[in-house]
Amino acid sequence: MLTLNQLTKAYSVGDPALRDVTFRVPRGQVVGLIGPSGAGKSTLIRCINRLVEPSSGAIYLDETDLTCLGSRELRRARRRIGMIFQEYALVERLTVMENVLSGRLGYVPFWRSFTRRFPGHDIENAYRLLDRVGLLAHADKRADALSGGQRQRVGIARALAQEPELLLVDEPTASLDPKTSRQIMRLITEICAERQLPAIVNIHDVPLAQQFVDRLVGLRAGQMVFDDTPDRLDEAMLTEIYGAEDWTAMDQEDDEPESSSDTQISLRLPGAAT
Amino acid sequence: MTANTAYPRRWKRPPQLVTTRRWRLTLPLLVVAYLVLALGSLEIDAGRVVEGLSRGARFIQGFLQPDFVSRWQDIRQGLIESLTMTLTATVVGVLISVPIGIGAARNLSPRPVYLVCRSIVAVSRSLQEIIIAIFLVAMFGFGPFAGFLTLAFASIGFVAKLLADDIEEASASQIEAIRATGASGLQLIHYAIQPQVMPRLIGLSLYRLDINFRESAVIGIVGAGGIGATLNTAIDRYEYDSAGAILLLVIAIVMLSEYGSSYLRKTLQ
Repeated sequence: MLTLNQLTKAYSVGDPALRDVTFRVPRGQVVGLIGPSGAGKSTLIRCINRLVEPSSGAIYLDETDLTCLGSRELRRARRRIGMIFQEYALVERLTVMENVLSGRLGYVPFWRSFTRRFPGHDIENAYRLLDRVGLLAHADKRADALSGGQRQRVGIARALAQEPELLLVDEPTASLDPKTSRQIMRLITEICAERQLPAIVNIHDVPLAQQFVDRLVGLRAGQMVFDDTPDRLDEAMLTEIYGAEDWTAMDQEDDEPESSSDTQISLRLPGAAT
Repeated sequence: MTANTAYPRRWKRPPQLVTTRRWRLTLPLLVVAYLVLALGSLEIDAGRVVEGLSRGARFIQGFLQPDFVSRWQDIRQGLIESLTMTLTATVVGVLISVPIGIGAARNLSPRPVYLVCRSIVAVSRSLQEIIIAIFLVAMFGFGPFAGFLTLAFASIGFVAKLLADDIEEASASQIEAIRATGASGLQLIHYAIQPQVMPRLIGLSLYRLDINFRESAVIGIVGAGGIGATLNTAIDRYEYDSAGAILLLVIAIVMLSEYGSSYLRKTLQ
């Protein structure tokens, strides 16, 4: 379970990026984080694994307060937190397998990672994860030889290789087409359900978020202005988060993926049944 | 906006650099005046030009009939010395450059380490090879050892700076992603940085090998051994035919290594 308590991030100039954000994510729950650009979505999830240093407040992952760890303990805490990135952030000149195994870096000594001699169970697990995301045949390809959707699935496998207790997902669908976006979101939510993982998914596509997540948190200028189930997000609330706009056109887009049943079948991923 | 507003029909690009009209006129005048004065102080002398041209003709005559044979022993030894110096200096220089280059990358290193490494790079780059060679020959005596040290020192500035710049341009998101897995500093460098900069580092090392061979011919003139020393001796003895042979060999080797390294770099991408 993840608990954020009055999390605040202030930069030396300008308005604070986050102000007193407080919420709790129980096991297995997928929280969608929505809000306009610059609302602090990225800062929030980066404060949790301290790629960005929070200014004040506390972040508890189970019993550990992540905000007051020394560098060695921080590395131990980071390996418990899987992160999936916008634009995939794979190391492009490494193979798919090396990218997945890089999720184990926090667990193995330097000489093992340097000589690529990862323990047998790590390699076995990496193959299992690649099979789960449908990329078993691509293990020895270089990461930059894959398509966008495939790369993001490698990113998911890398995060899962850490055997995380929490997933942080930063705009996973930002550069993907609508169909691939839905496949990726479905894969993430299915995996979180299988492993009872809590997750925070930072996402700008509101209809997509409503379709897949259990709960939505809305940020505006660093403050929480919404925290409820996706069906409670109405036009008034959207205006509160994003500012005034005509929101009626969005519903049609929302219905589109459900409109035909054969799309649903083709969206199923290979390996999803296992 | 409204139909009867009158808009101007002329437009001129506003001055971009010097905005006051007076300075726009005086600055070019000052530059021209300085140029005229400077040319006046050079003591251009037609007589010396003519004399120099006839001496140049003798050089060319010698170079057109290169003599590889009569000084072959000296040439052979000079070439071997130069090649040894070049290869050892490049390997040692690159090995030392890698940690300094990593230290001089702003996105990886803490501020004090960054400043120290950038100063090492700056010192190495600001001193020309010949100046370093003069110092080192004075310190360690004539011969290829001084040349080896010179080239290794000069390689550090070159390779470390370009490597550091390349690391600074490496994708920040890939670094962030590896950091987020809980990787240690060494693992971060090996998994996130090394794959991104390796092709460039190999390219730089091969390029530096080229440069070092060319420089080895120059620093020999101030006593640092190698083919440069042989060339200097030949010119001092007015043996322009032997000097021509040496120059031809240097050109051939530089072209060969240029061709070889560009071929290697292409296949490595």
